Amino acid sequence: MALSKRSRSVGSVRMLIRHNRKHHRKEQLLSKAVPVLLFTAASISILTTIGIVWTLATETTVFFQHISITHFVTGKEWLPFFRTNAQYGILPLICGTFLVTVIAMMVAVPIGLGCAIYLSEYASDRMRRTVKPLLEILAGIPTIVYGFFALTFVTPMLQTIIPKLQFFNALSPGIVIGIMLIPTIASLSEDAIHAVPSSFREGSLGLGATRFETTVKVVLPSALSGILASVVLAVSRAMGETMIVVIAGGATPVLSLNPMQSIQTLTAYIVQVSLGDAPHGTIAYYSMYAVGSVLFIFTFFMNMAARHIVHRFKGGYS
Amino acid sequence: MNMLDHKAMKKRMKRRFRMDVLQRLFFVLATVASLLILLLLLYQIVKQGISYIDFGFMTQFSSRIPADAGIAAALWGTIALMSIVTPVSLLLGVGTALYLEEYAPRTAFTRFVELNIQTLAGVPSIVFGLLGLTVFVYAIGLGQSLLAGGLTMSLLALPTIVVASQEALRSVPRSLLEASYALGATKWRTLRSVVLPAAFPGILTGCILSLSRAVGEAAPLLVIGALAFIHYVPVNPLDGFTVLPIQIFNWMSRPQEEFHSVAAAGILVLLALLLAMNAVAVLLRNRKQKRY
Repeated sequence: MALSKRSRSVGSVRMLIRHNRKHHRKEQLLSKAVPVLLFTAASISILTTIGIVWTLATETTVFFQHISITHFVTGKEWLPFFRTNAQYGILPLICGTFLVTVIAMMVAVPIGLGCAIYLSEYASDRMRRTVKPLLEILAGIPTIVYGFFALTFVTPMLQTIIPKLQFFNALSPGIVIGIMLIPTIASLSEDAIHAVPSSFREGSLGLGATRFETTVKVVLPSALSGILASVVLAVSRAMGETMIVVIAGGATPVLSLNPMQSIQTLTAYIVQVSLGDAPHGTIAYYSMYAVGSVLFIFTFFMNMAARHIVHRFKGGYS
Repeated sequence: MNMLDHKAMKKRMKRRFRMDVLQRLFFVLATVASLLILLLLLYQIVKQGISYIDFGFMTQFSSRIPADAGIAAALWGTIALMSIVTPVSLLLGVGTALYLEEYAPRTAFTRFVELNIQTLAGVPSIVFGLLGLTVFVYAIGLGQSLLAGGLTMSLLALPTIVVASQEALRSVPRSLLEASYALGATKWRTLRSVVLPAAFPGILTGCILSLSRAVGEAAPLLVIGALAFIHYVPVNPLDGFTVLPIQIFNWMSRPQEEFHSVAAAGILVLLALLLAMNAVAVLLRNRKQKRY
């Protein structure tokens, strides 16, 4: 009885050891395999960047075999769909992008900054907790919805105020992109303003400054780097915004800063080509990549600038 | 002798206080205005679209007659697309985050990967469309298919998922890991049984938010060549497809006024889908959030 029990327990210990060894081998294998798999996943993001740069570079090179770079960079006319004498001067598209971006910033910066200051300096804790998620809803609405809003509400409303306004114009998408970017500026600036130590405010208020003077002369300058970074990021997003300008901006590349008339941005042109105005392999098709490269370079430098600002001024207020 | 000019000071103080009140008013107004715009936007869409929403709208395909137009192809297209995007971007994104947070040595390469992800997050979505068009549609030869669209959208969603997952992983206290190691667990066992479950709610919330971005995105898919005239539910990954935002865009660009209302109805469906996704995110966050 005792013997059989012991032998059984010896047997089960052996089994346990065997089982453990097997288990151990499996674990060892996993421990070796997992980092390799994860590394592969991490390299995909690098491959994506390489893919983007390679795609843009090769297709743009094909484009520049047909069109000279100087013509592309300095040309003042963008008429890619003309059978004869097509013009590929990028300036009108850049001008349209610039115009829409400036209008958007004129809306987004004051309102976004106002929201940020209100939320961090004036609002009660409860207020902040209710308003912030609501603003995030504004950030989560798809751009196609903003485009609809621009076309069916903002444009008609503006037309009643300014009768000269064309149905497709730069003003309406500019304003709506600005609305879309309010939460971006508000939430990033609020973080920056919130990070200013309260001793700064107390010092200023203690010297007899009003709340407003404290905010403008002490708090905002201290938070300037964060605020600037948020604005630069917003500019980069405004330049890359597509659907709103496609829907409400029209498709007329013009070199003019008149916000009343129909324009075309870099992004809107890419969509126009891909909606079937130019078949695969034509010069107009390759021009899409040239325009994409310009857009990529612009936004890339904007994002670099934002990062640089944040790093450079990363303050030690503690 | 009177050192202070009381009259001038009083005047000056009055102006300072007036400025204070005025500016305060401006800040409040800015906040109220942005919330009002949100309300106005939603009101406009509901007003125009609600009457078109019925059973037929959800089950029919698009049509040339506004009253007959339905959203079935786009709705199922979006669901089919997301069933490609979700697993691909989750595996890649969480994998990348795990590698960066737990395995990567602090080398130049790791810093480069992190910088690279931040850069990718700032690339306009339409540029991802150009990438997809060249690589997936033409070079790999997937055609203008669901798979090509899904892979492109996965890459688009990747950077935000990585960043969100990294944050969630970082918030897991080191003491939990150390306890697990002390019990003799291997690194992978620790990650799987301790770190990932603890970081799960954070990862999931970030992922759902990022995926809901992808659901509303139209530009890259337009570039790839998603179609608006689809009269079937896509089942094969190599089928042509349409998604909600593209169908809405198509309706919006038609000349008839009625189609604007159909577009508004489509937007309502899209917003309802996003709301549902976000509700799930909030629910999971509240339910599974643990404080350490």
